[in-house]
Amino acid sequence: MITLGHYLVLSVAIFTVGTIGFVVRRNLLVVLMSIELQLNAVNLALVAANRFHPASHAGQVTAFFIIAIAAAEAAVGLAIVVSFFRLRHTVRTDEADRMRH
Amino acid sequence: MPGLNEISLRPGAPDQYWLLLPIVLLPALGALVNGLFGSRLKRDTIHTLACAMVFTSFALSVVAFLQLAALPHEARHLTYRAYEWFTVTLPAAFGSAQDYRIPIDVAFRLDPLAATMLLVVTGVGSLIHLYSTGYMAHDESPGRFFSYMNLFTFAMLVLVLGESLPVMFVGWEGVGLCSYLLIGFWFDKDENAKAGMKAFIVNRIGDLGFLVGIFLLALSLGVLSFPEMEQVAAHAPTQLTKPAFDLSFSLFGWDIAWRPAIATIAAICLFVGAAGKSAQLPLYVWLPDAMAGPTPVSALIHAATMVTAGVYMVARMHFLFVLTASGMAVVAVTGALTAVFAATIALTQNDIKKVLAYSTVSQLGYMFVAVGVGAHVTGVFHVVTHAFFKACLFLGAGSVIVAMHHRQDIREMGGLKALMPRTRWTFLAATLAIAGFPFTSGFFSKDAILWHALARDSGRYGILPPILLTLLLAGAALTAFYMFRLYFLVFGGESRADEDTLAHIKESPSSMTLPLVVLGALSIAAGLLNPEALHALGLNVPLTFEGWLAPGIEEGVPAVGIAEMRKPFELPLVGASSVIALAAMGFAWIWYRRGPSAEAERLAARVPGLYALVLDKWRIDELYEATIVRSLRWLARAGHEAIDKLLIDGIMVHGVAGAVNLTGRVVRLVQTGRVQVYAMAMALGTLGILYKLAVPSTDFEARVDGRSVTVNAAEGAGYEYRWDFDGDGRWDTQFGAERRAEHRYRKAGRHEVRLEVRNAFTRSVGEHEVVVRPGRRRR
Repeated sequence: MITLGHYLVLSVAIFTVGTIGFVVRRNLLVVLMSIELQLNAVNLALVAANRFHPASHAGQVTAFFIIAIAAAEAAVGLAIVVSFFRLRHTVRTDEADRMRH
Repeated sequence: MPGLNEISLRPGAPDQYWLLLPIVLLPALGALVNGLFGSRLKRDTIHTLACAMVFTSFALSVVAFLQLAALPHEARHLTYRAYEWFTVTLPAAFGSAQDYRIPIDVAFRLDPLAATMLLVVTGVGSLIHLYSTGYMAHDESPGRFFSYMNLFTFAMLVLVLGESLPVMFVGWEGVGLCSYLLIGFWFDKDENAKAGMKAFIVNRIGDLGFLVGIFLLALSLGVLSFPEMEQVAAHAPTQLTKPAFDLSFSLFGWDIAWRPAIATIAAICLFVGAAGKSAQLPLYVWLPDAMAGPTPVSALIHAATMVTAGVYMVARMHFLFVLTASGMAVVAVTGALTAVFAATIALTQNDIKKVLAYSTVSQLGYMFVAVGVGAHVTGVFHVVTHAFFKACLFLGAGSVIVAMHHRQDIREMGGLKALMPRTRWTFLAATLAIAGFPFTSGFFSKDAILWHALARDSGRYGILPPILLTLLLAGAALTAFYMFRLYFLVFGGESRADEDTLAHIKESPSSMTLPLVVLGALSIAAGLLNPEALHALGLNVPLTFEGWLAPGIEEGVPAVGIAEMRKPFELPLVGASSVIALAAMGFAWIWYRRGPSAEAERLAARVPGLYALVLDKWRIDELYEATIVRSLRWLARAGHEAIDKLLIDGIMVHGVAGAVNLTGRVVRLVQTGRVQVYAMAMALGTLGILYKLAVPSTDFEARVDGRSVTVNAAEGAGYEYRWDFDGDGRWDTQFGAERRAEHRYRKAGRHEVRLEVRNAFTRSVGEHEVVVRPGRRRR
């Protein structure tokens, strides 16, 4: 039988993959993908909790919000990546240090 | 000793004498209007306003004077109490039993002495305002000038009419301010601005003494208004004559005792103030430099009125000075030395205004001798006659200066008597008066000073009168000589001016000569108010001035009387001073009647060192520069280096900024600009917070109080606590959010206290500690 614990372990695993990817990868597109992974890991935890504690559907509702926000975030993030590429002709994060003093 | 309360100090509600208010305030109104709107008003409007205010004030003063004179002489005082200003509360001190409350009222009081000064200030002030309309006719800022002049009149009236020392001090500082403003009136020339500052700073030194004197009197008398102080001095003089402090000690077997009376210390402090304002040794140095101001200012402030404020103050405080023989001796000796010292400098000066300035210093010395030997009426009489003839001399000098296109060197003048007849005749009248030509005003007042210096019984300083007299006679001879040197060099002989200047010399307009004529006439005739010398000749003329002033000043206090044994000297003294004055005039006539004197130059060439020294004013300015000014500069520079540069700039400004800068440089190393480093830091931080939330920590403190113990556990988010107080393994309380718990032990001895903390994730952790309950104390 699959319990809430199984779902949560999966969620934590995906979130960890996303976090590590966000921190160590240098390609901005991959970084954005890692963020999506983190958001979806959280979504998974929320809908799983809703499945086992369905009283107010708070988990589902929050998940919908996160999906909407993720879409907006992807749009803004990709726009930033495009304008950054125009500026520096690269999408590597270690090139993105022009704001440093 | 009678307590202060036994003397009636504050008479019942006095009748208000309203007229004093407009007398004082009209000049202030003029100063306000001209000061605020002077730049927009027309020149004629400014002149009319300023003169109208002072003339009205003068007219009202005459009315007030007549009303005062109509009173019987023991009731001759009129008061206007404007409002209660503040009250000083002093703790019991100087041997008094109770605290003092000294109410300071803004009150004006007219008595014969104040009325005399009032008429001089407003009268001479009016004439000089009128003269200024001519003298300053082409100046660029008449509004500012007349505003200052009116403001000066206002401050001088506050000084003269003030009922108490604090109110007088307000006027005292006010005239000092106006003096500063007017000396530096043409402030675009650096030396004028410096002269103003010098006057201000030297006066501050004197004012410090004045203030200390006021404080000392407040402490020892508990009252500060003149009539009240006079009552205390008259009825409880021990308040003033007891020692201020006791400095007695033995040195190498000599017993040295110094127990100066309060009156002595206070009198000397007040005299320091008077010496600053009235340009006496050693504080006279500002007055000659003050000639940088416009000439009417020199006439009004630095000759006729303000500089005599010191004499007026000493006369006002006569009841204090007569209680201290040594204080009076200090005043008289300083005056006599100043009189001769300044006269020697005046001998060699070549600037027309400088000669008059040193002569003012010298004449002020005569006045201080008079008030210093106790002849207050005589001193004030010389104030009055001096106001007339010195104002006349300065205004005459101003007339000459205008005609000479603002050249002041008497070596370039000469021959003006035909070109400027009115100026010449009035100047001659005033010169005769100051030189002591028989039966002029200056002759009567100066001769009276000489006579009183000899005749007044100056207490234990029996050797003093002949010394004073010798100095004053020498001063009189010098005065007559240098004044006629000045007169002959300016008006006599042939003109030494260049042709261009000579072509333009003309008599001044009537707005300038009219005051000259009035003052010149007064210089000759005013002596008849108090012709004491005629008494020595056996003529029984009334002494109007003495009859007017003496009842207020020389009755009711132990006055310094005239020694009978010196009576026979009076007539010879009149003769001697006349002969000396005439001889000195004749000497000046022989040397200078045709202009610069070859004999004088030969004499100067024979003692070149001495001549240069006197020409350089005995190099007193240089002496002060080398000692006082330089050491003060050194102090200021040291303070600048240590406090400004090191403490404020170095530590407080650059130090703080440097510390912030350094911190910034270190912290900046963390800011790499790489977004993933920040993300890493954020992730690690989140992990730390999570760990803190997930794993509970615990700590508690136990306090034993008699039989019971109070425990207090450390705080944590969502924590619950349970306690076991006796270490038996059974929990004495259930889990609860309360951090504090209390327990009473039945038995004394050691007990183990255990705590278990559980957090929201039901993780728990324990902690234990041993407490000791003390046993019952044995009785």
